[in-house]
Amino acid sequence: MSASQPHLFTTPVTGAIRFERVAFSVFRLATYSILLAATIIFGIIFVKGSETLFTREFPFVNTTFLTASPETLHVFEHAGQKHEMGDKEFRAYLEKNGNPQVSDDNYVYSAGGIFPCIVGTLFLVLGSMAIALFVGISAAVFLNEYSRGGPVVEMLRLAILNLAGVPSIVFGLFGFGLFVLFAPVFGATPDPAHFSISLGFTCLNFSGWGVSLLSGWFTLAFMVLPVVITASEESLKAVPKGFRDGSLALGATQWETIRTNVLPYALPGILTSSILGIARVAGETAPIMFTAAYVVSDRLPWQVDKAVDVLFQGVMALPYHIYVVSSKIPQNAYTERVQFGTAFVFLALVLMIALSSVILRSRLRARYRW
Amino acid sequence: MSVDFATPTVSLVKTEPSPNSSATGPIQATAPVPMIEVENLDFFYGKSQALHGVSLKIPARQVTAFIGPSGCGKSTLLRCFNRMNDLIEGTRIGRGHIKIQGIDIYDPSVDVIALRRQVGMVFQKSNPFPKSIYQNISYGLELQGVKDKARLDAVVEKSLRGAALWDEVKDRLHTSALGLSGGQQQRLCIARAIAVEPAVILMDEPCSALDPIATSKVEELIQELKKQFTIVIVTHSMQQAGRCSDKTAFFYLGKLIEMDVTQKVFTKPAQQQTEDYITGRFG
Repeated sequence: MSASQPHLFTTPVTGAIRFERVAFSVFRLATYSILLAATIIFGIIFVKGSETLFTREFPFVNTTFLTASPETLHVFEHAGQKHEMGDKEFRAYLEKNGNPQVSDDNYVYSAGGIFPCIVGTLFLVLGSMAIALFVGISAAVFLNEYSRGGPVVEMLRLAILNLAGVPSIVFGLFGFGLFVLFAPVFGATPDPAHFSISLGFTCLNFSGWGVSLLSGWFTLAFMVLPVVITASEESLKAVPKGFRDGSLALGATQWETIRTNVLPYALPGILTSSILGIARVAGETAPIMFTAAYVVSDRLPWQVDKAVDVLFQGVMALPYHIYVVSSKIPQNAYTERVQFGTAFVFLALVLMIALSSVILRSRLRARYRW
Repeated sequence: MSVDFATPTVSLVKTEPSPNSSATGPIQATAPVPMIEVENLDFFYGKSQALHGVSLKIPARQVTAFIGPSGCGKSTLLRCFNRMNDLIEGTRIGRGHIKIQGIDIYDPSVDVIALRRQVGMVFQKSNPFPKSIYQNISYGLELQGVKDKARLDAVVEKSLRGAALWDEVKDRLHTSALGLSGGQQQRLCIARAIAVEPAVILMDEPCSALDPIATSKVEELIQELKKQFTIVIVTHSMQQAGRCSDKTAFFYLGKLIEMDVTQKVFTKPAQQQTEDYITGRFG
């Protein structure tokens, strides 16, 4: 039977079927447009970023970009040749050639690398996720295991929900007000300029933590807290009730039950959902621009006089660096390499953090399977 | 197989020793001191009353079966015995007492943890922990702070033998308990319960998810266990109650209708309602 000849099972072309075809192609197109957007974003960043990051000669990776601090790029002509070099190299060159007068163009941050930003972002993510996971898991355990409902718990849940809707810039300002300007520090003597409480052996001076890692950690932690709490609660709920009953019936206390027979099985789920939180903590610019980020810092976080100073220093961070290099310096061929290079490294870093969480999760899952 | 369980190390009562040997026979018409005594108990879930003035005595070292249609309060009463109902929001005792070995277990001075060590429980759905077989058994003892490896080994073996599971699992003690079949899992839960040497074992429909062969194994096991433990079993299967219990209590709509020696309840029930239920006219 030829295809054109109508037969018993020939598809009738009715209005409903025509509509269905149109509807399906719209859905299909909408879905493909997501792919298109993702391809364009990742594609451009990858292509332009890899120009900065990879080299044609061994070791094929631009190690300077990954391991050096940002420098000002000098572009100048000398002895009939055009030179591009970073600040340090430029000075050495001038000295070597007897300090000639050259007319050079400067582009800040466009030479050197972004090592301090990578380190700073890692510090921010680790600290704030540690705080967020501790507070978030504790809160979820309280809400899901201990609390017995009631108006206070309802209000807590409402507060968590509302916290999730707060824009990140508001978190930034809140962190600035509370942690940077007001948070207490220990001091030997009362600080006359600020509110202070004398504890006898020491004084609590409410002079704020300044623009510092500590302020950034807490601000970011509060920002991701709703995600972590909600995720942890869901994971705790997914642990079968039988585990709790079985443990309690053997004479375990509630905490023993939670520690040995609930939390271990909820942990993979908690970590999975926290990956989202990690990406957000690493990526947000607004919360850290007032609380933790420096435009430029000539010292790495561990180059401090006292160990405690690690906490009380600002750091450079990748998202803030992207913001600075793409909005505070002129756009041209020389600055483009640091812009795309930073974005590329940033994406790769987030991917790596997320990947390590996924690996950790699958290891935990393999250990605790039910 | 004979398994000897020493007298419990932690006891609710220090004065009274557990009633001894005479209760090992099949049916004891005159039971000695009751292990559990319920007096006029009213129990509430929020505003709805689940138990109405229940009074009964459960003899030591016998199997007592609770039967009745769904929602009759038999599981509720069972879960009162180790205060598992405490965990459900809004539950409360309205009136009456539950005494275990003469002690009112809802008295403020009673430590729930100590109570649950004396009154073990096996649940309807077998709930082994997703750990190894060994860890499942040793868990209860580790909670009590037992760290001695030799002692743990001994208890694990004794408990598994006691639950007639040793021969089936002795070569894979350190593999996951979830690799066991449904019936084996339920017997593992029984082994886990007896490992802490309780005085009473509560069983909440322990065979409802098991096939007939696994069920008969558990029933055989119950006959073995009653030599050392007082067993209270909630069941929907009247055949099961008839096969393995010494005493049977019939509940209906939150009230205890009748409780007597099993044989009597099944052959010559005193109440019409009981007869209707066991002959299958309702329920």
